[in-house]
Amino acid sequence: MGLTAKSTGLGAVDQGLLIQKQTPADRVIALAGNPNVGKSTVFNALTHMRQHTGNWPGKTVSSAQGVHTFHQTNYILVDIPGTYSLMAHSQEEEVARDFLCFGGADAAIVVCDATCLERNLNLVLQTLEITPNVVVCVNLMDEAAKKGIRIDFESLERQLGVKVVATSARQKQGLTSLMQQVEALFGQSGPPNACQVRYLPAIEEALAMLIPVLTPYVQNRLPARWVALRLLDKDESLCAALGRFLGLDLLKEPPVAAALEQAHAHLQNAGIAQQTLRDKIIACIVLCAEGICADSVFFSNPQHQARDRKLDKWLTSRKTGIPIMLLLLLGVLWLTIAGANYPSALLWQGLYWIEGHLTNLFAFLGAPGWLHGALVLGVWRTLAWVVSVMLPPMAIFFPLFTLLEDFGYLPRVAFNLDNRFRKCGACGKQALTMTMGFGCNAAGVTGCRIIDSPRERLIAILTNNFVPCNGRFPPPT
Amino acid sequence: MCQPFSLDTLQEGQSARVDQILATGPMRRRLQDIGLIQGTQVKCLQKSPSGNPVAYFIRGAAIALRLEDSRLIYMQP
Repeated sequence: MGLTAKSTGLGAVDQGLLIQKQTPADRVIALAGNPNVGKSTVFNALTHMRQHTGNWPGKTVSSAQGVHTFHQTNYILVDIPGTYSLMAHSQEEEVARDFLCFGGADAAIVVCDATCLERNLNLVLQTLEITPNVVVCVNLMDEAAKKGIRIDFESLERQLGVKVVATSARQKQGLTSLMQQVEALFGQSGPPNACQVRYLPAIEEALAMLIPVLTPYVQNRLPARWVALRLLDKDESLCAALGRFLGLDLLKEPPVAAALEQAHAHLQNAGIAQQTLRDKIIACIVLCAEGICADSVFFSNPQHQARDRKLDKWLTSRKTGIPIMLLLLLGVLWLTIAGANYPSALLWQGLYWIEGHLTNLFAFLGAPGWLHGALVLGVWRTLAWVVSVMLPPMAIFFPLFTLLEDFGYLPRVAFNLDNRFRKCGACGKQALTMTMGFGCNAAGVTGCRIIDSPRERLIAILTNNFVPCNGRFPPPT
Repeated sequence: MCQPFSLDTLQEGQSARVDQILATGPMRRRLQDIGLIQGTQVKCLQKSPSGNPVAYFIRGAAIALRLEDSRLIYMQP
């Protein structure tokens, strides 16, 4: 966790939408994607930034930005929050949508998880409704290969109408071709002919009534079809954002209001009530993704699934699940505490040895006692103490925790423990953030973003403090 | 036409299709985000040690649902 001056403090939350171009020729690329698809890994690999690396999901606090130079052109990559959709159900989704619509991005890269591409295509299809200047980056290809998943990229490109690149960002594979395709977007005479989701006939007819009326208002700044869809859906947060962007309230414009009323009446006559409209819109997107995947994604290794399931029988079953979990977690804690003693003692000895020499130096210089007390016995000894107590356990605990994460064991811990946490009004995922808290409470609290329910998240944040982080372990003597 | 039944009664290893989602608010949207709509095939993978939550296979991913949520999803065989 890079708790840098930039990632914390007052400016941490709202720095996202201010793009710092170095030259006017710089191109702004939004990096979108579902949570936990390796979006930040792609971002870090391209921009050589380190402050957002971590192995737990949902760690993009706000929109981080970094520069990637490719063929003498600067590409400013903006890592927007990971979301499943752009319907603005949550704050993250609103930030993501606002950046794609109004943030001034020249193009977008949508990062997808190759191991469950179908679910990820929902976001791709929604992004294509906002802008056709998209390159789809199918990441985690290494994981998909392990699971025996084969993806027909030609078919994907043909159906989506935009370029699709395979990457394994952790191995730094495919990133050059990703940037080549992003560069190619700007060389073309026009935007790619991106796939558009077809909605139910009645919705399409209602859209057709709105689009011609909206076109003069939005001009080329936003796709009229998408704005029409959102107005039909009565998306209030978008109306407010549109009002700020266009400088006028679309709903108060008489032609728009009249056309919207007519379109709503048309939907009503077709039997689509306002309450079910959003369900129908989402269903059309999901079915479109399903159709695309049916022709492009193949599962060639059914045994792998079977192996996974067999492992799950051991790791999460009634008889063996809890004992195995306790053993593993105790093992991690034991290795951390017992293992950290040796480097801790060494560090303490080394730093204490330096303190002795500092004392001699102060005596040699004839420094007053209060100065020696403040600097050597105060500043230096505290520093030595903190470093020797905190550094070794962290250096052991976090890699072990990462190892468990890489094996995919952590979600199973949450699964095993959810019932007990639920009885306390909390969420099983809190088991992970609390374990994280043993390493560092700050990291534990940040990790609480993985918890969906706001109430359960708040409980996890507030109670994380009760986990003794290694700074509160007894110091070596 | 078979009688719809709620998802929490699906046994390990069984599959069924979604008939109706009665969940509302954030949970409904969360389910839609993972592609759970009318007609989606769901397979029950495994119960957790205490029987709640239960893991389901939905569109290529394993998803754990609590009983209070799976009770609000109606299925057709």
